[in-house]
Amino acid sequence: CEHVEQVRLLDRFSNKFTNGTLYLTATHLIFVESSSNNSTSILHHHIASVEKLSLTTTGCPLVIQCRNFRLVHFVVQRERDCHDIYSSLLRLLRPVSYQELYAFSYNPKQNDQQREEGWQIIDLGAEFERMGVPCDQWQLTNVNRDYKVCETYPRDLYVPITASKPIIVGSSKFRSKGRFPVLTYFYQEKKAAVCRCSQPLSGFSARCLEDESMLQAISKANHNSRFVYVMDTRPKLNALANRAAGKGYENEDNYSNIRFQFVGIENIHVMRTSLQKLLEVIGTRSLSMSDHLVGLESCGWLRHIKAVIDAAIFLSKAVTVEGASVLVHCSDGWDRTSQVCSLGALLMDPYYRTIKGFMVLIEKDWISFGHKFADRCDQLDGDPKEVSPIFTQFLEGVWQLTEQFPQAFEFSEWFLLQIHEHVHSCQYGNFLGNNQRQREDLRMRERTHSLWAYLMSEKQNYLNPFYSLAYSETHPVLEPSTLPYHFKFWRNMYHQFDRSMHPRQSILKTVLTLRENSREAEGTLQALENVSLYTLMIYEGPMEQSLDVHAAPPTRCDPHSLQLQHPPATSRFPHSWGAYKPQRSAAAGGGGRAGGGGRGGGGGGGGGGRGGHREHRHGEESGGEQWQREQEAELRRAGRDTQQRVGQRGASCCQPGVWSGAHDLLRPNRGIVGY
Amino acid sequence: MEFAELIKTPRVDGVILHRPFMPTVEGTLCLTGHHLILSSRQDNAEELWLLHSNIDSIEKRFVGSLGSIIVKCKDLRVIQLDIPGMEECFNIASSVEALSTLDILSLMYPFFYRPMFEVIEDGWNSFLPEDAFKDLETMTDEWRLSDVNKDCTVCPSYPPLVAVPKDVDDDTLRKVATFRHSGRFPVLSYYHKKNGMVMMRAGQPLTGTNGRRCKEDEKLINATLRPGKRGYIIDTRTINLAQQAKARGGGFESEANYPQWRRIHKAIERSNILQESLIKLVEACNDQSHSMDRWLSKLEASNWQTHVKEILTTACLAAQCIDREGASVLVHGTEGTDSTLQVTSLAQIILDPACRTIRGFQGLVEREWLQAGHPFHHRCAQSAFSNSKPRQEAPVFLLFLDCVWQILRQFPCSFEFSESFLVLVFDHAYASQFGTFLGNSTAERAKLSLPEKTVSLWSWVNRPQELERLTNPLYEANSLVIWPSVAPQSLLLWEGVFLRWNRSSKCLDEAYEEMVHIIEYNKELQNKVNSLRRQLAQLETEDPLLQTLE
Repeated sequence: CEHVEQVRLLDRFSNKFTNGTLYLTATHLIFVESSSNNSTSILHHHIASVEKLSLTTTGCPLVIQCRNFRLVHFVVQRERDCHDIYSSLLRLLRPVSYQELYAFSYNPKQNDQQREEGWQIIDLGAEFERMGVPCDQWQLTNVNRDYKVCETYPRDLYVPITASKPIIVGSSKFRSKGRFPVLTYFYQEKKAAVCRCSQPLSGFSARCLEDESMLQAISKANHNSRFVYVMDTRPKLNALANRAAGKGYENEDNYSNIRFQFVGIENIHVMRTSLQKLLEVIGTRSLSMSDHLVGLESCGWLRHIKAVIDAAIFLSKAVTVEGASVLVHCSDGWDRTSQVCSLGALLMDPYYRTIKGFMVLIEKDWISFGHKFADRCDQLDGDPKEVSPIFTQFLEGVWQLTEQFPQAFEFSEWFLLQIHEHVHSCQYGNFLGNNQRQREDLRMRERTHSLWAYLMSEKQNYLNPFYSLAYSETHPVLEPSTLPYHFKFWRNMYHQFDRSMHPRQSILKTVLTLRENSREAEGTLQALENVSLYTLMIYEGPMEQSLDVHAAPPTRCDPHSLQLQHPPATSRFPHSWGAYKPQRSAAAGGGGRAGGGGRGGGGGGGGGGRGGHREHRHGEESGGEQWQREQEAELRRAGRDTQQRVGQRGASCCQPGVWSGAHDLLRPNRGIVGY
Repeated sequence: MEFAELIKTPRVDGVILHRPFMPTVEGTLCLTGHHLILSSRQDNAEELWLLHSNIDSIEKRFVGSLGSIIVKCKDLRVIQLDIPGMEECFNIASSVEALSTLDILSLMYPFFYRPMFEVIEDGWNSFLPEDAFKDLETMTDEWRLSDVNKDCTVCPSYPPLVAVPKDVDDDTLRKVATFRHSGRFPVLSYYHKKNGMVMMRAGQPLTGTNGRRCKEDEKLINATLRPGKRGYIIDTRTINLAQQAKARGGGFESEANYPQWRRIHKAIERSNILQESLIKLVEACNDQSHSMDRWLSKLEASNWQTHVKEILTTACLAAQCIDREGASVLVHGTEGTDSTLQVTSLAQIILDPACRTIRGFQGLVEREWLQAGHPFHHRCAQSAFSNSKPRQEAPVFLLFLDCVWQILRQFPCSFEFSESFLVLVFDHAYASQFGTFLGNSTAERAKLSLPEKTVSLWSWVNRPQELERLTNPLYEANSLVIWPSVAPQSLLLWEGVFLRWNRSSKCLDEAYEEMVHIIEYNKELQNKVNSLRRQLAQLETEDPLLQTLE
C-alpha cells in the first residue's frame, strides 16, 4: 500500500481545501484528512480518467474524474510522488480481464450458501408467472437453451404459442445479432404483450416470411387488437441510413396488421457526447444562471431524457388504453429498447415500483436481455466509442417519474443512486459482462456476490416514506405529464459529491428519521404501558401478586421482559394503547372566498436533498460557495486588507441537527423504566 | 360614483367555466361591485368568487353566437368563461374591464369588506415602529427614535418614526434628507445582536456631476462605525449605472469623502426590466409546447432566475459583511425603495432567526416593505398579463418572496412557515380584501385611514386556524445564520407560484399530507410516552412498596 503525505484536496467549486495523506491500496484510492481523520475513498473501478496537470507553486495537481460523477482535485507536493500515484492509477484503472475486477476478490463474509441465496432473490421464471405467462397464447421456448439461436439473449424465452421453431429460427436470421421478437412484458388485463427485438435485416427490399409470420403470431396472440404496434425507437433518419448496410426497419406493406412508428431517441454516441457536455457545463466554476440554462439546453440531455419517457408513455398507452401489443426495437435492441421496455413497464405495473420489483425489472430488461454493461460502463479496457450512459438515463427517467409521483414508488432516490454506484463499482457480479452467456462462462454466481442481496439487507435505507399502497391501487398505470417543465436537472446525481450544491437540510432524511423515531416510540409505549399496568397491580392488587413480585423482582429490568412476564389481561389504565393508529389531520381549509387564501401546491413533498447517506453529505459545512467566491473577489477589489480572513467560514453554519432531540425524548429522565 | 353604472349586465345564466386540471362548472354568472361570481347553485358545488382587482387582463373570443372571455388574473391563474349570447358576453367583458381597472383607492374592496371572523389581535397595531424600537433598546442604547418625519414632510415615503444614531439630531437629519434621493436619509434597518453591527438603508446620495458633498451625511453614517473599523456601502447598481445617475443629480459615495467606507457595486436590475422578465417567464410557463429546448431557452431568455440569483447573492454579501467581517453596512440603490429593500430584508432572513417565524416574517414585511415605503400600489397594479404599457409596476416584492422560497427550500426545517404562507402573501399583495398592501407609503395609508376603515391581513392570519394551515410541520427553531447556496444548480423555479395553475398538484399535495401525518403521529406518540412516564413517576413516589424495591 503506497502512501503520500502532504496532499491537498481542493474543493471543486470554492477555494477551500483540506490537507491529508493519500493511500493507494489494491482496490481503493483513499484520502485521509489530517485534521479530522475523515476519509474519502475512491474505488479504482469508479475512476474514469486521471489527469496530471502541470506543476504549480503549491505542487503537482492530479485531477480524477469518476463514473459516479465525483471529481477530485488533489495537489501533491512533490512531483515524483504525484507521478508515482498517477502511473499506478493508470495501470490499475484499465483492467484487461474480468478476473481483475473487484467482484472476484470482494468478500462480504458470507458462506457459499448465503451467496447462493443472494443470487436466488430474483427469479425471472417466477416473474413471468406473476405476469400470467405461460398461458394459452404464450409459451416458454427452449430454442435458446444452449445460446445457439441468440447468444446475447437469456436461455429462457417466451414466444407466441403459434410461433414454431422454424419461424423462430428463420426470424432470428433476419434480425440483427439474431435478436428475434420475444415477450418481455405481458399486460394480463388486456392480454396485450410487449415484445422486443433488434432491427430487421431488410436493407432496401429484403423480406423474410418467417419474420412476417412471427409478427403475425404476436398479433394473433392478442384478441383485443387487430394490429400490433412496431415501435422503432430510432430517429427515422438513422433507420434509413441503416438500410444501406443491409439493415433497416419493417416495411408496412410486407407485414400485415402492423402499425409502424418511429420514436426518435438518439444513439449511444449522441448520448455520450450529450452527457460530456452536461458535465462540462455544470462543472464550470462561478457558472452564471444564463450559462447554466443555455448549457442545459444545448447539451440536449433533458431533451433525450424526455424522448425516452415520451416513448415509454406511448408504449404504456398503446398497451393499457388501446389494448394493443407492441414490438419495440432499435438497432441491436439492447440500449434504447431496454430503456423504453423497462420504463414502459414501470408505468404500467405498480409491482416494478417496489424495491423488489425494480430489481426484477432491471434483471429482466437490462441484465438478462443483454444490455452491454461491460462495454457501456467501460468495465474493461475497451473501445471508448462503446461507452454510453444508457443505463444512467434509465435511472434518471425513473427519478423524473418519482418527482411527478412522490407516492407511487416504494424506494427513494437513494436507491437509484446506490444502484448507479454499483453498476460502475464492479463489486458485485450482477452487472459484469455483456450478457448472460458470458456471466455463466465466468461462473459469476459461484465466484461473486449479488448486489440485490446487499440492497435487500439495506432495504430500510432506501424506503420512500411517502409511498402509499393505496395510491398504487387507485393508480396502477401512471400517466405522467410530458410538458417540459416537469423535467428537471437531477442535482443529486450529477452533483452527488458536491456538498455545497445541496440543501442544508433534507426533508427526506428528516421524515425517515421521524418514522424511525415513531417505530421506537411505539415499542417504548408498549413497554411503558405494561409497566404501568404492573405498577397499578402492585398498587391496588392483592397481596399474593406482590409476593410474586418479590420472587422475581421486576423493577429496573427491561420493560420488554416485563411484557412477556405479565401480559395485560384488560387495560386498567385510563387510555387504551392497544390499536394505536395515527389520526389524519383534517385537510387544510380553503381560502377566503374573495380571491384570498388558496394553498400553494405543497412543494414540500418528494423533493429535498439526500442526507448523510453513505457519507456525511450534510455536515456542518456552510453553503453558498459561489457568491462567496464572487464576493471575495469583490471585497478584494474594494481594496480591503487581504490579510483579513475571507471566506474562512468554519463551523457556524448550519446543520442544526434537527431531530437529534427526538431521541432524547425516548429516554426516561427519571423513574421506573430503565434501559 | 355607483358601481351599478359600470355593470351593464349583472347576471347571465348558462355560463360554463373552464379551468385547467379541474372539471368544468356550469352556472350563473353574477357581477357585483367587487366580484365576479359563478355559482352552479347546487349544494356542495364549488363557486367561483373572483375579485375584480385580481383581474390582470381580459380577452374576448366569439365563435358564432357563443362568446368566451378569457380572464387572466394577477395570481397568474387563467380561466375561461363561455357565455351564451353575443351581447351578454360583450357586456360582461366590458363591465369586468371597467371594474378591474378602476384606479380609485377609496373604492377598493377592502373599504367595503367586513370580516366574517373574530379579530383576536388588530394587525394594524401589531408591528408599530415604537414597539420594534423597544426591542432594540434592550440590546443597545446607541440609537434613538426620531419623530423628525412626524408629518411626513422630511421624507414622504418614511414612517413618522425612524431609528437613527443617538448622537445625530433632527436638524442634521433634515440636512441629510436634502442630500438623499426622495429625502430618504440613512436609517436603521437591522441590528445584529451577535456582534452589534448594523445594516442601514437610504436613497442614493445626490452628489450630481460636480461631486456635491454633505458633511452631515458623512457624520450620520460614520456615527455607526466602531473606532478604527470600516463599513461597507452596498450599491445595488453597477458602477456604470451609478455613474450615469450623476447626470440626473444622483450618484454614489466617493472614496475621498467616505474614507471609512468601502463601496461594492452589484447588479440588481431596475423595475421595468424585472417587469419584462416576469411577463416573459409567465409566458414561457403557459406555453403548451412540448419542446424541451423551447422551454429552456424561454426560461433562460426571461432572465427571472438570473434576477433571483443576483438578489440572493447581494443579500448574502450584506449578511457576510455584517456577520463574518464584523462590519456595518449601508445599502442603497437609486430611490432606496426597491432593490435596497430586497437586499436588507433577505439579509435579515439569513441572519435573524426571528424573521423565519410566521410573526417575525410579518414584522419583516411591515418594517422593511410597508413602512419602508415600497410603493405597493404602483408596483402591484398589474402582474404578468397586462396589455397596457408598463408604468411603474414591477415584481420587486414577488422576487423577494421567490428568494425567501429558495432559502426555505434549502433549509426546509428552519422556517416556521410553509410555502403556502409565501404564496398567500404574494396573492394579497396583488389583490386582497384586506387593506394591508394598499397605498404606497405609511403617509398614504394614514391619509386613507386604512387602519380605521379596513381590516389588516395580519388580523386574519394571526388566528389559530389560519396559523395552523400556514405552519411548516418540519419546523425546529434554528438560531444559526443560514447561508444559502446561490449556484445556479441550487436555485429552482418557484413552481408553487409559476406553475400553480399549470399542473395538477394532487400528487404533491397528497405526499405533503402524508408527511404532515407522519410528523403528527410522531408528536402524538412522543407526548403519550412522556405523559405515561410522568404518571409512572407519580405512582412511584406514592407507592411505598415500589420504593422499598429501589
